[in-house]
Amino acid sequence: MAVSTAGALKAHGATSESGIWSWLVTVDHKRIGVLYGVSSFFFFLIGGIEALLIRIQLATPENGFLDPDAYNRIFTMHGTTMVFLVVMPMSSAFFNLLVPLMIGARDVAFPRLNAFSFWVFLAGGLLLNASFFTGGNIFDGEFGAPDGGWFGYAPLTLERYSGGHGIEYWMLGLQILGVASLAGGFNFAVTILNMRAPGMTLMRMPVFVWMTLVMSFLLIFAMPVIAVALFQLSFDRLFDANFFNPAAGGSPLLWQHLFWLFGHPEVYILILPAMGMVSEVLPVYARKPLFGYPFVVFSGVAIGFMSWGVWAHHMYTVGLGPVANSAFGITTVMIAVPTGVKIFNWLATLWGGSISFNTPMMFCLGFITMFTIGGLTGVTHSMVPSDYQQQDTYYIVAHFHQVLFGGALFGLFAGIYYWFPKFTGKLLNEALGQVHFWLMLIGFNLTFQPMMILGLMGMPRRVASYPEDYGWDLWNMMATLGAFTIALSILVFMWNVIVSLRRKERVGADPWDGRTLEWSIPSPPPEYNFREIPHVHSVDDFWHRKYAEDAQGRPVPVPAGGAALVEHDDGRSAHELGIHMPSTSYFPLVAAIGLPIIALGLIYYIPLVFVGAAVLLIGLYGWVYEPASE
Amino acid sequence: MAHAVSPATHGHTVETNTGLDNRKLLMWLFLASDCLFFGSFIATYMLYRDRNVQGPLAKDLYDIPFTSVSSFVLLMSSLTMVLALAAIQRADMRALRIWLLATSLLGLTFLAGQAFEFTHFWESGLTLERNLFGTSFFVLTGFHGAHVAVGVVILLSLFDASLRGKLTPDDSLAVELGGLYWHFVDIVWIVIFTLVYLIEPQ
Repeated sequence: MAVSTAGALKAHGATSESGIWSWLVTVDHKRIGVLYGVSSFFFFLIGGIEALLIRIQLATPENGFLDPDAYNRIFTMHGTTMVFLVVMPMSSAFFNLLVPLMIGARDVAFPRLNAFSFWVFLAGGLLLNASFFTGGNIFDGEFGAPDGGWFGYAPLTLERYSGGHGIEYWMLGLQILGVASLAGGFNFAVTILNMRAPGMTLMRMPVFVWMTLVMSFLLIFAMPVIAVALFQLSFDRLFDANFFNPAAGGSPLLWQHLFWLFGHPEVYILILPAMGMVSEVLPVYARKPLFGYPFVVFSGVAIGFMSWGVWAHHMYTVGLGPVANSAFGITTVMIAVPTGVKIFNWLATLWGGSISFNTPMMFCLGFITMFTIGGLTGVTHSMVPSDYQQQDTYYIVAHFHQVLFGGALFGLFAGIYYWFPKFTGKLLNEALGQVHFWLMLIGFNLTFQPMMILGLMGMPRRVASYPEDYGWDLWNMMATLGAFTIALSILVFMWNVIVSLRRKERVGADPWDGRTLEWSIPSPPPEYNFREIPHVHSVDDFWHRKYAEDAQGRPVPVPAGGAALVEHDDGRSAHELGIHMPSTSYFPLVAAIGLPIIALGLIYYIPLVFVGAAVLLIGLYGWVYEPASE
Repeated sequence: MAHAVSPATHGHTVETNTGLDNRKLLMWLFLASDCLFFGSFIATYMLYRDRNVQGPLAKDLYDIPFTSVSSFVLLMSSLTMVLALAAIQRADMRALRIWLLATSLLGLTFLAGQAFEFTHFWESGLTLERNLFGTSFFVLTGFHGAHVAVGVVILLSLFDASLRGKLTPDDSLAVELGGLYWHFVDIVWIVIFTLVYLIEPQ
């Protein structure tokens, strides 16, 4: 996909160079977006295969397909991969592709820091997955991967309970991924606050840009907290410190507090970008402006603030006492309010619209319905006594897949179908898209609704097997069939991407009659994005350039609007046009390579740490002293 | 900087929506993030201060007059940092170099004090493995010391760049950013010194 997209960009004269080297040194936000997208999809396939292994094991009672030890490692890697290596970076792909275009900028504030974010992310992801090979012969099922679950509760992750190097790869891999997320958070916050086109006030920004801004602040404040927890775990494992050692008085609750203080904002880090995308896509296919733009924006901001006050609802059963549990129960109920506001605004956007039900819209509708179910099951967890019953059952597993798969991933697929033509110049096939959507929706419900029932029947999560006569067989078999249906839908999607990229016919700049600035420039965009930086006069500025309103408020095309407004691309490069673009650089890549070397040094051989640190420093010094633009 | 376009940055600034240079905004956001980093470590220390199962404890080891002196040294380095920034803003490169060097030396003095303190504690039997105090104290103050060390590297890099003519009066922003970081590390130390040393140790 990377290569063909590169080809597409190249064919259109969008980039001056092609070939592997040009991708290693690129600082172009659009190319970095493609790199993020392709790598996160690669990790998505790995995480998906892990999910299928889990479902094969659980398909029948007392199954021996995976032994319990391998099962623990597989579900740990599945969760870690899907959260940190799929949903987060796939959202990053969209920030990179879209934010500069939507705010009328030529690139992000720090293009080289952006490249650094990507390479650090890739290094962390590969390091994490390399753990599979540390346990012996992987083909005999001897996995070395971490086995502590995606939230890795200490002290269970200490050496005495989890030997081998799996947890070490996990804690250092996540630490490295945190560096990438932080750098990205800084970059996008500065870009959005500082680089908007003239007239693009905050309240004229597309909702997706707003949600990216909120999410960037969540990253900025949440990542250092998980960094501290991971450092503490690292000191305990590598240097025999006592942070989580109960014998020395260390508290097992410390990890839980730090992890969930990060972990609950993280939940919104995962969902806010998808909410932003849905808020962009719905109005286009309903041919109506987003209902209650300020409400959608401010409920996103409210969610951002409130996400800091709900973390202990993950910990009702640890014994914090009735006062703490009640307080967190109340805040958790309250955070459902701004989320509900958004759902009603989306419904009101659809109301009375002339809706076209094509693939991006279908995924949006899938998002709204599935996410609503997920949100409502979330409200049932906020009730403390009810949560006591649900804690650690499949009901919880069903709930968070309902919001993260039914929510975030459906939103991301809506975004992929909607913006694919902008960056490749080709439409994805509509019929295959519909097949993909319906297979995925059916497979999704077949997988996760039975889990709700299993959870309420009392099936605990994270068990490698279950006895025959508990009445769980049917529901588990259904869930497994559902998982394979989802896998089939993903194959359809991949097939769709391949055939669509091979099609000869190209689309114009604005195939959907879009509302935001990215549709006002050619598809794929030239490397400099905008030949002339646009002046913005309202929300959905591009739409208002194309349409006026008649007395009944119906849109009337402006003469000489539409296609005539799209910037013309005559293939001249930025240089020929006198536009200064940031220079390519390989120093971000060099610096990024230093981090996994440091991690491997900490695990195996301390002197290697100094080699890694030297590589990192060389990268940083080269970066600081090279000129940033031509 | 109250005046909008100082002559020192003239010609280098790109217009931004907030009026703040991108790099300065980045530094502020980084420092905001770093607050949560130190906040989490300080919270851990406070949580663990009376949960030790064996000594040596803080009250057996702290030498408050000694640490007060090294804290004073670090605080004074904020003054020399301000003087360095003032020097480059009036294009006095010689004074800039003097104050950068002075700031680095004060920072190094603080680090030497910390190295002495760590060694002394270590020899008195306090290690990472020994008890919760050893764990939470060494890691918290160690991370602060690492921040100071990074600051010293930044200051010496600025000093070196000015010697090689790579840092000109147009680049006062670079010194200002280094200064923001340096002052932040100082302020964090005030919090650590107050909460970890001065509140009656257990």
